[in-house]
Amino acid sequence: MTELLANEVALLDGLRSGDEAVFAALVTRYGGAMLRVAQLYVRSRAVAEEVVQDAWIGVLSGSARFEGRSSLKTWIFRIVTNQAKTRAVREGRSIPFSELGPDEPSVDPERFRGPEDRYPGHWVTHPSSWAGIPEDRLLASETLSLVEDTIAELPPAQAIVITMRDGEGFDAGKVCDALEISESNQRVLLHRARSKVRRALEEYLDAA
Amino acid sequence: MRPEPELTCAEVVELVTDYLEGRLSESERRRFDEHLTECDGCTAYVEQMRTTIAVSGRLSPPEPRAEFEERLLQAFRGWRSPE
Repeated sequence: MTELLANEVALLDGLRSGDEAVFAALVTRYGGAMLRVAQLYVRSRAVAEEVVQDAWIGVLSGSARFEGRSSLKTWIFRIVTNQAKTRAVREGRSIPFSELGPDEPSVDPERFRGPEDRYPGHWVTHPSSWAGIPEDRLLASETLSLVEDTIAELPPAQAIVITMRDGEGFDAGKVCDALEISESNQRVLLHRARSKVRRALEEYLDAA
Repeated sequence: MRPEPELTCAEVVELVTDYLEGRLSESERRRFDEHLTECDGCTAYVEQMRTTIAVSGRLSPPEPRAEFEERLLQAFRGWRSPE
């Protein structure tokens, strides 16, 4: 039991012994986040719910064998991403984590000075500082909806990686492990996703 | 040995994730930091990226529907006491 947090040991014991209150507490804690990730694979909320339900059955039936080599949360998310992947493939919708496709400029190339300029590759106009933007505005529901919508429109592999990393706070190693992707692919997907979300935020915040 | 060319802003925006993830080599990281000390635009860009990450971290996952939570509890009871 190296990676388990102290409170997770008690939760795991509760699950193994069939304690409904423990199960309900875990559903409250992770259910929404599991749905969010599942939905990026399968799109429909109803199918995502089935995926999450299957994942919980997987968690329950695996709980006796789970040795705590990862945290409980990481283990649960590995199960839900595996279930979601299987379901997506069955529906003819596999997520191409390894086919990255062509390079995508993170910033509109027009924003940089051309090769003839005295300072090629430098900003035409600097990005503005966001330091003075009040937190109320950054975290307003309108701003958050914009970020949510932008993530929902990303290619699924990018959306899944940014959600796991920045939404759920998993570190790179755990995301690679759960999604079975290489470190460098994880980083490219994260980079593309974050760059697009930044760009959407910039357009929105600068327009004000 | 030829001195390494300075990074351009267009290069900085492609390296920012490697920078924030601590995945640049020591010499790349030094060039990146040197660029930032002289470029307000890229300093603002990196700060925008950090803000972007922080805002993504504040999104709330969807609220599971009550019927769905009920279904999960039923599945749990079925698992605990198979018929």
